Parts: sequence; C-alpha cells; structure tokens
Amino acid sequence: MRSIFKTGAAALAATTMLAGAAHADAHAALSGTLRIVSDMSNPGPRATMEMLAAEFDEMHPDLEVDLTIVDREAWKTQIRNVLSADPPDVVNWYAANRMGPYVNAGLFMDITDWWDAGDYAGLESVRGALTQDGRQWGVPYTYYQWGVYYREDIFNELGLSEPATWEEELANCQVIVDSGRACYTIGTRFLWTAGGWFDYLNMRTNGFDFHMELARGEVPWTDDRVRQTFANWRQLIDMGGFIADHQNYSWQEALPFMINGEATAYLMGNFAVDQLRNGGLTDDQLDFYQFPIITEGLPQGEDAPTDTFHVASGAQNVEAARAFLAYVTSPEVQTRINGPDNLGQLPVNANSSVADDEFLQQGFAMLSQNAQGGIAQFFDRDWPAEMASIGMEGLQEFMVFPDNLDDILERLEAARQRIY
Amino acid sequence: MSSSTTPALPMHEIRAEATWLQRNKMIVTPLLFLLPGMLFFAVYVIFPIFQSFGISLYRWDGLGEATYIGLANYEELLTDRNFEISLVNNVKWLVLYLLAIPLGLFIALFLNQTVVGIRLYKSLFFFPFVLSQVVVGLVFSWFYLPREGLLNTIIMGLGFDSLNILGDPTLATYGIIAAGLWPQTAYCMILYLTGLNAVDPEQVEAGRLDGAKGWKMLWYVILPQLKPATFIAFVVTIIGALRSFDLISIMTNGGPFGSTRVLSFYMFERALSEFGFRMGYGSAIAVVLFLIMLVFIGYFLWQMWRDERDARRG
Amino acid sequence: MFPTPIEKRSRAARITYQSLLPLALILWLLPLIAVMVFSIRPFSDFTQGNYWGVPSSFEFFTNYGMVFFESDMPRYLLNSVFITVPTVIGAVALSCMTGFALGIYRFRGNLLIFFMFIAGNFVPFQILMVPVRDLTVDMGLYDTKLGLILFHVAFQTGFCTLFMRNFIRALPYELIEAARVEGVAEWRIFWFVVLPLMRPAIAALSVLIFTFIWNDYFWAIVLTQGPDAQPVTAGITSFNSQFVAQYHLMSAGSIVAAIPPVAIFFLMQRHFIAGLTLGAVK
Repeated sequence: MRSIFKTGAAALAATTMLAGAAHADAHAALSGTLRIVSDMSNPGPRATMEMLAAEFDEMHPDLEVDLTIVDREAWKTQIRNVLSADPPDVVNWYAANRMGPYVNAGLFMDITDWWDAGDYAGLESVRGALTQDGRQWGVPYTYYQWGVYYREDIFNELGLSEPATWEEELANCQVIVDSGRACYTIGTRFLWTAGGWFDYLNMRTNGFDFHMELARGEVPWTDDRVRQTFANWRQLIDMGGFIADHQNYSWQEALPFMINGEATAYLMGNFAVDQLRNGGLTDDQLDFYQFPIITEGLPQGEDAPTDTFHVASGAQNVEAARAFLAYVTSPEVQTRINGPDNLGQLPVNANSSVADDEFLQQGFAMLSQNAQGGIAQFFDRDWPAEMASIGMEGLQEFMVFPDNLDDILERLEAARQRIY
Repeated sequence: MSSSTTPALPMHEIRAEATWLQRNKMIVTPLLFLLPGMLFFAVYVIFPIFQSFGISLYRWDGLGEATYIGLANYEELLTDRNFEISLVNNVKWLVLYLLAIPLGLFIALFLNQTVVGIRLYKSLFFFPFVLSQVVVGLVFSWFYLPREGLLNTIIMGLGFDSLNILGDPTLATYGIIAAGLWPQTAYCMILYLTGLNAVDPEQVEAGRLDGAKGWKMLWYVILPQLKPATFIAFVVTIIGALRSFDLISIMTNGGPFGSTRVLSFYMFERALSEFGFRMGYGSAIAVVLFLIMLVFIGYFLWQMWRDERDARRG
Repeated sequence: MFPTPIEKRSRAARITYQSLLPLALILWLLPLIAVMVFSIRPFSDFTQGNYWGVPSSFEFFTNYGMVFFESDMPRYLLNSVFITVPTVIGAVALSCMTGFALGIYRFRGNLLIFFMFIAGNFVPFQILMVPVRDLTVDMGLYDTKLGLILFHVAFQTGFCTLFMRNFIRALPYELIEAARVEGVAEWRIFWFVVLPLMRPAIAALSVLIFTFIWNDYFWAIVLTQGPDAQPVTAGITSFNSQFVAQYHLMSAGSIVAAIPPVAIFFLMQRHFIAGLTLGAVK
C-alpha cells in the first residue's frame, strides 16, 4: 500500500515539476534526509503538504524528503514528545504565544540569522508574530481571516441581510430560530472553536486593547467588562442560537448542520470554505460577513491566525531545513499553496498575490482596511498556553451551562493568578 | 550425579569443577534460567516503580535539570480540583465495574445449557472481550451519538427524550463505564462458564434431595464451588477498573469540561501535556494510583500465598 | 449440572429458551451490529439522515476498499504484526525459562521472586510511564517498533511467568526425578522433558498474549508516533481524523483493526479459553 502512496506522490511530483524546476539548480547540493512532521491532516492541506514535499524532493536529487503527516488535534499533544524524544528537522506549529513553551524549553531552533540574512524577503510585516525575546523562531506559511460564513440562500429565503450591529444580529437570529433552525453551528469537543467566539465577542464588546490586556493577564477574569462579554454571548445561547450537543462534535463534525440547512452560519476560519464546498454548497449558497459591531465606536479587531514552520533544535539536516523554509515562503510558492486549489488561505509573502476567490478577496480586504483595532492571532495563541487550555475548557462549559458562569470565572481567575 | 570424566583434562581439576557444580547445581541452574527474564523485568518494571517514586519529589520537564522540591507535588494534589474529580471517578469505576461479576455470572447461568449451537452462542457472547478497548470505545461512542446513534433512535422510538450521554458531565462517566462493562462482563462470564463445568454433580444432586432449588441452590451449593472463579474475576475486574485509560481517551478525551478524567488519564495529561511536561507532578499522581492498587495487590498476594501454603501442606 | 438442564423442563420452557437465545445475543451485540451496518452504507445515507433505515445501496467493497487502498491502515496493520509477533515469541520464551526455574527448583527466595513477577504484573502502567519513556528515548528507540517490543516482552514476562510456573507445577514431578536419576543434565531436562509437555501452555499463552499486545493502546501512544512505528490501535485515531465525520469509513476502519485478534480467537478458541481460565478452576 505504501507503493501506491509513493506512486501517487510521484505522479503529483511530475505534474508540478515544471513549477519547481526553476529553483532546482540553486540548491542542488543538499543531501541526506529531510524529516518533516506536518499537522496538515485535513484532506485539502494534506494534499498541499504532500505536494510541497514531493516538489522539494524533486528539486534536490540527492535529498530524500521524509514526510509524516499526523492528526492536527493529536499533534497538539504529541509535538513536545516528538521534539524532545525524536526531533525531526522541520515541524508545523502556530505563531505568537503558542510558540512560547517550545521556545522556552529550547526545542525550537533560533533562526534569527536566517531572517537577518534575507532568506525571507517579503515577510517583514509578519516577523513580529514569530518573535519572542527579540529572536525569531520560525517562519509563517499561511494565515487566514475569521468571520461569519453563512447560507446566503437561507438568508434570502427568510428575507435577511448581513447584520452590521448586534441588534441586527439578534433580530436575524430570532427569525432564524423561529424558522426552526439554529443560527450557528459549532463543535466544541476540541474547545478552541469556543475561543473564537469569545475573541470576537470580547473584542467587539470591550475592544482589541482590552482583549490583549486580558490575554496578558493584566485584567482579572471576574472584571465586569468580561462579564458583559459573557452576557452578550448568553443572549445568543438563551435564544437557541447554537446547535445542541455541540460539545460532542469536532469542528468538522459540525459542518453537516450548516450543509444540510439545520444551521445557517458558522463563525470559523477561512479553511472551512474548502470543506463547505466539498460538502456540496455552491458559492451561490455561501457568503461571508465581518463579525457585527457590538459597542459603537470601537475599532474592529480581527482574528487572523498564522500557521508556521519551525526547525527543531535537534534537527539533523539544518541546511536542508533552511532551504525548505526559504522555499515555502518564496512568493511563487506562497501564491500557489494558498490558492483555492490548495490551502485556500492568505499568502504571508507581500510579493505574492491573493487568489481570485470570493472569500479570500473579502478576507484580505477586511484585514487590510477594516481591522483598525488590531489583528489578534487567536485565543489559544494569544493567551499563555496553560491559561488558554484552562480558559477554553471554561468557555465550553459556559456554552453548555451558562448558569455556571460565576464558578467558571472564579476558576479562571485563580488560574490567572497562579500562571502569570 | 555420575561423574562423567573427560580424559583430556587433569583429574584434580575436573573433580574440583564437578564438585562445585554438583554442590551448587540446584541453585545455579534456576538462576541461569531466571536471569534473562528477571533482567528484563527488573529494568522495565521493578526499577521504574522506584524511579517514579523518586521523580515525584522533583519538578522536572523531562528535558532539563530536575529540581528537588520535596513533597510539594503532593501538596499541590491536595488543592487540585481535577485530581479530586479523577479520584472520585476512580471510585465510581471501582464500584460499578464490579457489576461485571454478577452480570457475568447471570449470563453464564443463562448459557450453561446443552442445546444445539450453544457453543457458538458462548463464543459470540464472549468475543467482545477480544476487541481492543479502542474499538470498544469507538463502537460505543457511535452507539451513543445524540442524533445518529442507535441508542437514541431506540430511546426516542419509545417516546423518551434523547440523551447526550457523552456530552453530559453527569452521565459521561457512567456511559464510559457501561462501555467498559461490556468486554469485562464477557470475561467474567467465561470464567464462570468454566467454573460451572467443574461443579460437582453429586453435590448438586444432594442439594436437590435436600429440597434446595433456584436461588437457594445457587447461594448455598453452587457459589461456594465457584469461589476460585469469583476470586479471579474480582482480581481482573479491579485491575481493569484502575487501568481504565483507553476508553476515556477515545470516548471523551477527559471531557466534557474534564468531568470524565480518572487518575490514569489525568497522570498522562499532566506528564505529557502540550503546555509543558510535568513529569514530577504526573509521577505523584501515578504514585497515588499505585498505592491504591497496592492495597489490592497486597490482598491478592496474601490470598495466593495462602493457596500456596495449603498446596504444600496437601 | 446447574441450572437444571433445559431438556428436563417443560416443552414451553424449551421453546422460550430457544427463542430467547438469539434475541439475547442480538441485544448483547447491538452496538457492534450497529457499526457493521454503518460500515456498508454509502456516504449519502448519512447526509440524508438515513442512519437506521434500509441502506440505499450496499457499499461494502467501496468502503473497505478505501480503508485498504486509500489510507495508511495497511501500514498500521503491518506495524501491529511486527510488534505483536516478536513480543509473543520473546515473552513466551523468557517465561518458559522462568516458569521452569520457579516451578521445578526449590531454593530460598523462590516464592519471593514468583510473587515479584505477579505483583509487577498488576501495577498500573502510569507508574512505569515516565521512566520507561526516558529509558526508551535514551536508548534511541523512541518511535521504533523495537522500543515497544522490548517493553512489552518485559512486562508480559510477569503474567507469562505466573502462567507457566503454575502449569509446570501441575506436571508430574516424577518424570523429572526419573530423568535426574538417569543423569540427564538439567538443561536437557528442560529441553527434552519439560518443554514438550508445555506445548498446550505455550499455545494458550501465545494466543492470549497476541490479543493483549495487539490491543495495547497506552504504550503505543507513549512510545511511538506516526505511521512508521505505530500499531493499528493508535493509527485508527489518525485514520478517523482523515475521514472525520464519515461514519461509514470510520466504522469500516475499526472493523478492520479489530479483525486479527477476533480471527485468532475464533480459530484458536480452545487454547484461548484454556489460557484465560487457568487458575479459575482448581
């Protein structure tokens, strides 16, 4: 069966060889094995990663690329084990605070020199997200907007339009609920999806700056402003805005609710579009809007998480790792892998072009023109890792048992005082 | 031993060698036979137990230097709410898992007949035990699914509200235990079926003559003869209950909101978590679990020792 | 015999019993039957909410074909074989020796060593986890099949020794004494006298250990990661994330993962049950 995979990869490599050939002569000297562990396990990203590995392998005749793709959720608990016990050369991870534990443990290689040497021209604007303690610890390869993806056809059927304010949002939702549907699908089994909701509600209720103060542990969780965020959230919960039993589902398992029309919208990252299309929704049925304004006058903050590649500090083939990082961040590769046929996300290189895709263009415009508040990474990347994990468990509990709020907030506050 | 001499060697040397071997043969031979097994067992099982005790006194991320912190890990356990939840769940597991024994006995009594095809029935009743806990976990989580699951289809067919067993923190642990009882009951059943085969027919007849029937017969005549089977069933069930890890990891991953954690799972979570390995803290949890188990191990060994002693006398 | 044989009861009781049997079995295996039905459904049944109606088409070959040709499942299955078989051989070989030593010879500490093996066999895995993982990493065996095999052999030696020792104890001791009188060397007694008599025990134990190791999940996720070394119990979770929410494929995958130990059980049932119930009826 392995041979079948190999043939598949080889065929893939052959079709993309033309594209890769341009780079081939420059780095021909690389040899040995380049071991990559990737968490791009969803079907679309998986194909992209396999393509990247095959291309890079093709470009360097003496180099063998050994790619292992592991389950994205499982990787979150495996990465430390892998990096410390059996470090590969290159791994996938996330930017910002989420790097913290691995940087502090000395598991990621300091690649500041490569940044300084000009390996990553066009990436200057995202350098900050990969910086900790004044050094750089990896490179980004993609980022994507978050926002509300909704069923345009159902909105039309119910005579609704995209809401710009919280009042409109609640009014819309009431109509949707009355029509026997849920406003939003969500799957909180792996917790982080609830983090997205909190990010947006808190940024819209209290502003981006307050949100970041909370992330840095400067504000207690029991603050009244935080309670206001939860009160707003509760309005949606109490009116039946979310699908039932969401604590059982992963985010993918929650997709069918939207696909078969039991829920009309999904607050999600742009990676959901690929799966919604695969599920049979056409672009006529799908549309996107920015999360509505709650407190008038606050500049909007947006979540736009960045996914990254890092070199393990125990890497064996550092030269090949360096070449690979330069390769994936190069403008041409960035344009291609973020195109709608591949990741369907936004390129990190300023010299790349954003694909001609309804959702990517909307997202790109939103992030560059309509996010004056600031760009956040995501709940589980902006908060220190341990706080994020306890926090998201609390958010999930709140969504199921909103009455437990006081208890939850006190628990989070106790954790905040211990962790920071 | 007969002294088989080899002429090539001087006489006195052989005699010395032969007598040394002769004197110690009954000790050297078993020692040599034991050596490889003991070596493996010591390196991988015995030493690690003591090492874990040691590690539990340190703060250690599994990589850098370990810092000695005395009993601080244990002190932290006292105020750790998740530890408390895990401990309570462990007790639930221990108590409810024991249901496998009466259930297994019940099915064994039901199947202890000689009708056509009964052998196949026995095998089919038993075979859930052969399935991996991972598969059992998956099978039951799909069985429990709130919409697609067969259980809720049946419940709603009977006119009741659907239950989200694994999504409800008050039900999830019981749902997992029920899944665990499935193979465990099969195990107990087979133990009892074998035991019932060996029940002395004369005693049963004697009991019948004395007018014992049904429950009375079971209680006063049959069960005492099934004591060895009950003992083994008790041993394997207790061990199974305290080892529960796979099912939790597969079915709920400790959730919802951490309500289904048990010590074995919580230890794993802490020691190998994404947010920093806490080997010392994890080891402290493991030590607590070990001490609980030790109570039972002590009891089992005492029972076995008594059997050994009786066997020697007999 | 207890309970009273059904043939001695009334005709009505016999008929009730005969019809109760299959019903009880279906009830008992219901969760599994549900998964089997899932695994032959087309995907469209799930999107249309037809979970429990008649499958709209029979997709056995499509679904199981996906498992075997479009996923890493075959690799995981092979890994499981390469982990399980050497472990069985190793653990049985070691315990034949330890069982012989503890069952035949009387020396001081005999019972103590025996009880050490038993006690070790009962300990919770978690107390071994940190040191064993460290040891495996230090030996450079993390994420290798060998690392898993070594640990499994060591741990199973505890249970196997208990088993073998009790079995050897029950052998006629006169045979060994007779051999000694003849002047047969001790290792030859082991090889030519005891070992042939142990064949049923070896068979029973091999079948038993095979299923234990095949079904291990905890050590698989502690000592390995990824499709290079992971056995199928751990691999199934990656498989499920590849085909997330596609219950027809996930069901087929689980059934494939479960088949080898089930097949072994049905093929070698007598040995299996003999092994499992040893000591339960003495």
